[in-house]
Parts: sequence; structure tokens; C-alpha cells
Amino acid sequence: MSEEFMGYERPKGKVGIRNRIAILPSVSCVNHVAEEIAKRVENAVALTHPLGCGQFGPDFLNVQRTLTGLGKNPNIYGTIIVGLGCENMKSEELAKNIRRAKKPVEFFNVQDFKGGGIALIEEGVKVGRKMASEASKLKKESFDFSHLILGLECGGSDSISGITANPAVGIVSDKVVELGGISILPEFTEWIGTEHLLMDRAIGQKAKRDIENPLKKLLESTMKAGIDFRGIQPSPGNIEGGLTTIEEKSLGTIAKSGKSPITGVLKYSQEPKRKGLWLMIEPGNDIESMTGLAAAGAQVIIMTTGRGSPVGNPIAPVIKTCGNPHSCDWLSCHIDVDASTIITENKSVEDIAEIMWKELVEVLNGKKPKAEELGFHDLAIWRYLAFPFPM
Amino acid sequence: MKKSFIVMNSEDNCATSLKDIPKDEEIEIKEGKIIIINHNIPFGHKFALNPIKTGELVKKYSQIIGIATEDIKVGDWIHTHNIKSHYLERVANE
Repeated sequence: MSEEFMGYERPKGKVGIRNRIAILPSVSCVNHVAEEIAKRVENAVALTHPLGCGQFGPDFLNVQRTLTGLGKNPNIYGTIIVGLGCENMKSEELAKNIRRAKKPVEFFNVQDFKGGGIALIEEGVKVGRKMASEASKLKKESFDFSHLILGLECGGSDSISGITANPAVGIVSDKVVELGGISILPEFTEWIGTEHLLMDRAIGQKAKRDIENPLKKLLESTMKAGIDFRGIQPSPGNIEGGLTTIEEKSLGTIAKSGKSPITGVLKYSQEPKRKGLWLMIEPGNDIESMTGLAAAGAQVIIMTTGRGSPVGNPIAPVIKTCGNPHSCDWLSCHIDVDASTIITENKSVEDIAEIMWKELVEVLNGKKPKAEELGFHDLAIWRYLAFPFPM
Repeated sequence: MKKSFIVMNSEDNCATSLKDIPKDEEIEIKEGKIIIINHNIPFGHKFALNPIKTGELVKKYSQIIGIATEDIKVGDWIHTHNIKSHYLERVANE
């Protein structure tokens, strides 16, 4: 197995596997301005989203942390923040936060710009092109895996995912951790039923508590609302597919995290400060989950899918793997690593992990996985709404 | 060659089918050990590799996935009719 990859050196010891310019709206009102700038700047990507206004408390901080993290992601060379001017998600504030990564950051507000959006697009393109020209001078260099953060995702799962693609991803994740890198498992609602196993793998009492408490809180608060999370898993479709109990389903999900010890638990979009395997609190919407992984600094994501899913991420390339022979056939345009050969060609989980590792290294080195090639740039931010709205 | 089942860990007492296995089919679960399948096992469903008595644990990935609610014979289909969640049982008693 290859143990190095080619990347772009960033300040503060970070390494990017892509060299993009982020055009980041602080608020949804200026999404179109960001899109128009991104269209005319090489390697630029507009990180449009529907938030940034009328938010407060933990919800505001959560979104601010996420937007900041997206700008700080090492795959981004530099960021242009576009604001409106009256929103509470201030572009200036975001710029200050992202500058902590010591990368180029510029910000503009439409309301502070003579000529408004049209003039700002022209200025943004000018500044963006200059940034892109600087970025293009960078040469790729060789780095070891201690510079890598891998995100682990699954979506459109079926009963085959847990016995094919997921355990193969677990082997790849363990390898990244062994080589000194970081791997992050999100989707905490899908750990229910395996808490005791995750806690057994936790390094230290704090990590143990950080696994136990949010799950307890989730179960208690949903119980109060009359929902028993544990009673709705596995779903009728899961049962039809052969999954019998909640712990069996969750075991399939957490198989993506391999056998490595768990260093700790991250908040949504929080950057891990130490090496190893981390868990992330995030409820399990694929696009929100992958946005949180990218905001935490993941340069690449491996996503397993049973029924097939086309989704991608604007910052971290997403490698898809699938164990379902039908999906691999019908949706081959969305699948990078065919794990269904475990079923059709008698391959082992280890064989698939080896193929997946090669694909991972190629993608790190610049190969575009299907979602990136097809232009699936999906971004959504999980909202932390702890207060009830009158309905 | 198409594989008809997968065992996730050598400690497991169940296997997962990778095709629709008809009742009465003979399956070689390891070299020289052949079992007879007692029920139709749909793709993705489980069958027993060992006898599992009522109250005994069912293991997949070397982990507990449930507890038998009736005696299960080698080759029996394992699903919601004969096992239940061990986790839910445990949290209910906490």
C-alpha cells in the first residue's frame, strides 16, 4: 500500500489536495453575486447556502463555525467573502476567523459598494482572478498521511452496505489512522445500539462521556416529544432487506470506523486538534454531514451507498463505494469503487479495501471521483434549533 | 463464482445470505462442513450456523445483534420472528 500523496502546502502545516478559490456568501441574499463571481474565476467554487440572517444563540454559532471551517479547509487556497451588509453573519467577522488559517481572505459587502451587486461582481472577479493566478504558481509536493483528514459517510444504505462496503471503508480508515492521519465518523443517530462498543473503544473518560451524554440527551429529549428513536429502527425497508435489530443496523454503520480507538467527539464542523479516529455529532443528513466534515478540515470523503446516491461536496472530493450489484450496474456513473464483487466475484472485504485504498491515493493525487467530475457541489448546514417554534 | 453467503467474523453464529437460498439447499459453510437450509432465506437475510437456544445471544461482526426468543436450529432463518434486540432489552431494564 502506497504511503504518500501529492498535495499543496498550506500555512500552519496543512496540506490541500485541491487548490480552489472559495467564494463564500455570508448570507443567502448575495448567493447570486457569489455564483456570478465563481463562474468567471478559474478553479473557484461558490459556497452558496440559505442561512446567515435571523439566527442567534447556538444556531448562529454553529453556522458561523461551519462557514469559517469551509474557508479554512486546506483544499481552499483563498477565500472571497461576499456579504450584504445588514446580516448578523458579518462578512468581516468571518474574514477575521478564516484568516487564522493564514491564507488569503478578502471580503466585500453589496450595501457598502457603489454600484451594488453588479459592481461587486466585477471587483470580485478581479480579486478572484488575482488569487487564482497566485494559487496556480503552487507546485504539488509529496506528503505523508499524517496530513490527511478522511471523512466517513454513508447514504442510501441497504442491508448489504454493512457487510460489504462499510467494513472495507473501516479497513481504509484504520490504515489512515495507523499512518498518523485523522478519520471522522459523523451521523450520531446511527450509533444508537452500539454506545457500549464505541465507549469501550474511547481513549479516556472524557471521550467516553462525550459519546454517552449526547446520545442520552437525544433519546431523552425525543422521548419527551413522544418519539422513541429506538423503536423506529430498523425501518420497515431495513427489516425487509434482512436487518433485524437496531444494534445490527448500527453495527453496519459504525463498521466504517474500523477498529481504531476513538480519540474524542467533535461538535458539528469542529476541527480535530489531535490525530486518530474522531466521532462527530451530526444527525445523519448526507449533505449536511459532508458539509460538517469539510468544515472540520476533511480533504476527502469516502461515502458508501447501497441504493446509490449522486451527491458530492464543493470542497472535499467524495469517493463513492457500493456493495449492491444492481446499483453498481444501474448507477455506475455515480460509483467509484464497486464493492459488489464481494457478492458477484467472491472477492473479500480486504480485496475491496485494497482497491479502495488505491482509489483514495489516486483521488488525493488529483483524479476526480465521479461526483466531482459530474459537478455535484452539494452544501447544506445542519441547524441547531434547541428551542420550539409555535407551529 | 457467485458466493451464496458471508460470515463477518469467525466468532459469529449466523451468516448473511448473498442470494435467495431455497429451503433444503445444502451449503458448505466451511471446508467439509455442509448444512441444510431449513427455510427460504432471502438475499441479505441471516441463517444459523450453530444451534441457538432460547435466551442465547446471536452474534454478527463478533458482536451481539440480538437474543433468541425461541430455539433456533442450524440452517434456520434468523429474523424478527425468532430473535429480538438485546440492546432494547438491556436499556429497558436499566
